[in-house]
Amino acid sequence: MTAHLPVLQVLVPLVCAPFCVLLRSRTAAWLLFLFAALASLTCAVLLAVRVGGDGAQRYEMGGWPAPAGIEFVVGAFNTPVLLVVSAVAVVVAVYSRRSVTSEVDARRVPLLYTCLCLTLAGLLGLTVTGDVFNAFVFLEISSLSTYALVAMGRHRRALLASFRYLVIGTVGATFLLIGIGLAYAVTGTLNMSDLARRVADLGDDGGGNRALYAAVVFVFVGLAVKIAVFPLHAWLPGAYAQAPSAIGAFLSATSTKVAIYVFCRFAFTVFGTTLVFGTMPIDRIGLALACLAMVAGSAVACFQTDLKYLLAWSSIAQIGYILAGISLATTAGVSAGYLHVINHAVLKAALFCAAGLLVLRLGSARFTALAGLGRRMPWTFAAVVIAGLGLVGVPPTAGFASKWALLTALVDQGQWAVVAAVLASSLLAMVYIGRIVEVAWFREPAEPGTGPTASKAPASMVAAIWVLVLASVYFGLDATWPAGLADAAADALLANGGE
Amino acid sequence: MSNPGLLLILGALGVPLLRGWARRALMVVLPVAALVVLWLLPEGSGATIEMLGLELNPLRVDALSRVFATGFLVAAVLTAVFAFHVRDSLQQAVILVYAGTAVGGSLAGDLLTLFVFWELAGLSSVFLIWARRTERSNRAGSRYLVAQVVSGVLMMGGIAVRVGAGEGLEFSYIGLDGPGGALILAAVGIKCAFPVLHAWLTDTYPEATIVGAVALSAFTTKFAVYTLARGFAGTEALVWVGAVMTCFPIFYAVIENDLRRVLAYSMVNQLGFMVVGVGIGGSLGINGAAAHAVADMVFKGLLFMSMGAVLLRTGTTKGSELGGLYKSMPQTTVLCMVGAASISAFPLFSGFATKSLILTAVAEEHRTVIWLMLLFASAGVFHHAGIKIPYFAFFAHDRGFRVAEPPVNMRVAMAMAAAVCVTIGVAPALLYDMLPYAMDYEVFTTAHVINQLQLLLFAALAFTLLVRTGLYPPEIRSVNLDFDAVYRRAVPSGWQALTRGTTVLGDRLAKPLRRRTERLWTVASGPLRPEGRVGAPWSTHQMVWWLALLLGLVLLLALL
Repeated sequence: MTAHLPVLQVLVPLVCAPFCVLLRSRTAAWLLFLFAALASLTCAVLLAVRVGGDGAQRYEMGGWPAPAGIEFVVGAFNTPVLLVVSAVAVVVAVYSRRSVTSEVDARRVPLLYTCLCLTLAGLLGLTVTGDVFNAFVFLEISSLSTYALVAMGRHRRALLASFRYLVIGTVGATFLLIGIGLAYAVTGTLNMSDLARRVADLGDDGGGNRALYAAVVFVFVGLAVKIAVFPLHAWLPGAYAQAPSAIGAFLSATSTKVAIYVFCRFAFTVFGTTLVFGTMPIDRIGLALACLAMVAGSAVACFQTDLKYLLAWSSIAQIGYILAGISLATTAGVSAGYLHVINHAVLKAALFCAAGLLVLRLGSARFTALAGLGRRMPWTFAAVVIAGLGLVGVPPTAGFASKWALLTALVDQGQWAVVAAVLASSLLAMVYIGRIVEVAWFREPAEPGTGPTASKAPASMVAAIWVLVLASVYFGLDATWPAGLADAAADALLANGGE
Repeated sequence: MSNPGLLLILGALGVPLLRGWARRALMVVLPVAALVVLWLLPEGSGATIEMLGLELNPLRVDALSRVFATGFLVAAVLTAVFAFHVRDSLQQAVILVYAGTAVGGSLAGDLLTLFVFWELAGLSSVFLIWARRTERSNRAGSRYLVAQVVSGVLMMGGIAVRVGAGEGLEFSYIGLDGPGGALILAAVGIKCAFPVLHAWLTDTYPEATIVGAVALSAFTTKFAVYTLARGFAGTEALVWVGAVMTCFPIFYAVIENDLRRVLAYSMVNQLGFMVVGVGIGGSLGINGAAAHAVADMVFKGLLFMSMGAVLLRTGTTKGSELGGLYKSMPQTTVLCMVGAASISAFPLFSGFATKSLILTAVAEEHRTVIWLMLLFASAGVFHHAGIKIPYFAFFAHDRGFRVAEPPVNMRVAMAMAAAVCVTIGVAPALLYDMLPYAMDYEVFTTAHVINQLQLLLFAALAFTLLVRTGLYPPEIRSVNLDFDAVYRRAVPSGWQALTRGTTVLGDRLAKPLRRRTERLWTVASGPLRPEGRVGAPWSTHQMVWWLALLLGLVLLLALL
């Protein structure tokens, strides 16, 4: 049984999906999703323990040996991602029960959980697969179900946001496919470790093979859409803000992070570090785009008047931090990137969950609706502020640990311009979090009639928010556990997949 | 729990949960307990923590850190008592947290811990300004926060540079050798109110609440002096910076109408003395800076308390609206005069015992110019803080206020502070024994006393003559232009004022210029707004264009 853990990780949510539709009951569908999330968290934890003990785990699908058959690989480089995705899925499952019923038409609820199961399966599959074409298939599974999830938002604008995401996401996925096709044409294999071997045989600079260079570029740009690198970010604010709150929380914490992981997997363990970051200028392009994302994302966030849009724009800036760390292609940089993947997932999920609670009780997350409510909803806003300070990177929150790691990695490489961008973005983050504080505590309520509805905040939602907030504070006070995971991941990636 | 700073910060979380006497007891017990813990701690470093590959040493007790921590805790007790009557648990809790950050910072053995407390001090204390809950204080609080955060960012940058250069995290002498040291000095310079960087202090302290101003006067700036004393002792440039700090605020203080702002200016002046002491360095200079910092926490607190009492009862601290209060607030008057005597360094009051250390250190180095500047500043401080404050608030022209004395707890706090001032003044050995370096110093020599009395009497004579002959700048409602104007008004009104002056070009230039700046801001921020070009939802074809553009660009860069 334990030998099958890598495939069970993906299979359980995948199999739960059709049952959600067939059973047609809201409660059953929710229970199935909760079960799928718990099962994948269990698998992820067991796998992390085994990887820590015996190194990378390989699973041959259907007993077909590797280069010909599809294999799943679980190593130190993807266990942090598996843990983040499945842990966030569990928290969102707890959170979604009340949130989804209040925001989504009752008939659609089973469909929503079906799509959530599929998204989860797709993201997890994308993380564990050791085959490039299989990666594309899982990317499409998660993307298509995500488009459907976004379209289930409360307003009609959700449909437009979903359509835009669909078009640009499909173009991005196509680019990835073109990149994979080019790599296949050059090497004649689709298995990741086999591909890596054959690329390495071509020589350090890929033998000057133009098709291989083009493959790298197509993979990078295609995934940049999914990562939401500025200026390919435009689908993100609409999609996250218009999707149902629980979905926004889940996607913001997981989908871009998995895309970042896939980019790392391709860049470091398939095409090779020297080719991508040495021969080709992807490191410099990545750093430049990261700076742009940090400053532009935070600057736009300062002007937003809707909490959900503000959070979405801040995500674009925070993705810049992660991209900067990874583009350095040093152990310290990649480790900082992974650490921020973990910390940002926790922080942003907490914030989107809190925004969802505000939508539930006030009907909107616009600043006009939130004005002056800090004293009447102290716990919710306290959660927002604590997690918000994490985004700024105020010690001792989780954001500080990862930002400190990133800064030291940047200083090591003498990237002063990027250091300046990180600090500028932090100042801007202070401004937009300060605006939330100002609106919630120091502005007069718009009208006496508005305010939280009499109903109390559902305990399950409050519990989900505070678990995430406390986790973020804990990761700030004692960063040994996430930092250990991130260091192991960075070591494994830069040692070519730990093979 | 052996860290007194953390004890205060964590204990403060209990304040909002308690009511009435229990809360008040907690507010006093916490700093007292922290004081006991502090003095029970052995000298030397506590346990080190390993974090992200760096060694942290959050607790280091030595004579320098202990004397500052003791001063902070005494000030915390006084402020807590002063805040008993307030019906706002936010302020009461924040005071303790804020004091805890200063104590924790002064006990930090590494730069990262120092930075954490440095940042927390700024973030917690801003609530003491916001707690006034007026539009004016909201904006002042935001400006204060920006200054604190900029200081924090500079310090973090400096620390990162030092770590990158392999100089490690240990917090001991830093010096100005590398760019890291310079960045940290800039960060400290903001909180220590160096000239030009001081504007946030005089701009925002007077906007704080009554108890908030008392707390603010004690911690942030003296925390910065401590950092300076440990990291930059004996730095020549600081001597001149400090000397300038002692002199220029005097001119502002003389013409300023808001008495709490006068106190803020006199604070910059007193900080100048400490900075000079640090700059001179050596055992006498550092001792002087430390002793004067501790004395200043108490007597400046006392003066802010008395002005707070006046503000509470009359609703104003404008010199032009006050006067004759000694009839209705005799106790406050006496206590205020004790504070005034202390800050002016009357013999037998605390300022005399501590400031003379710095003056002697300067004299021993034979720095005549600096010594004369400090002498001028001493006369000046007596003039504006020693005479002007009590004179305009409590004597001068009777404006007809018939008000009650402030609540008992405020009077008790002021009496306690006054007692500390007198104790240090009468028996300076009590404070001298705590100082970092052993010294053989006799404060009550004939020369010292005569010198000081001459200085004070002639300053008093000058004030009397000027007031009698009507030459003294009258107390008028006015706004005096300081450096804060540069950042507060620069963009819109700076243009306005400048261009209005040149009437010839006025209409032809000012309007278009103003429109330009406005338009520039609109143009610059326009795209970022929710309906702007970057902020608004992009259409599909825009997204795809960008995608194609980026693909082409990356391909070009990769294949060329």
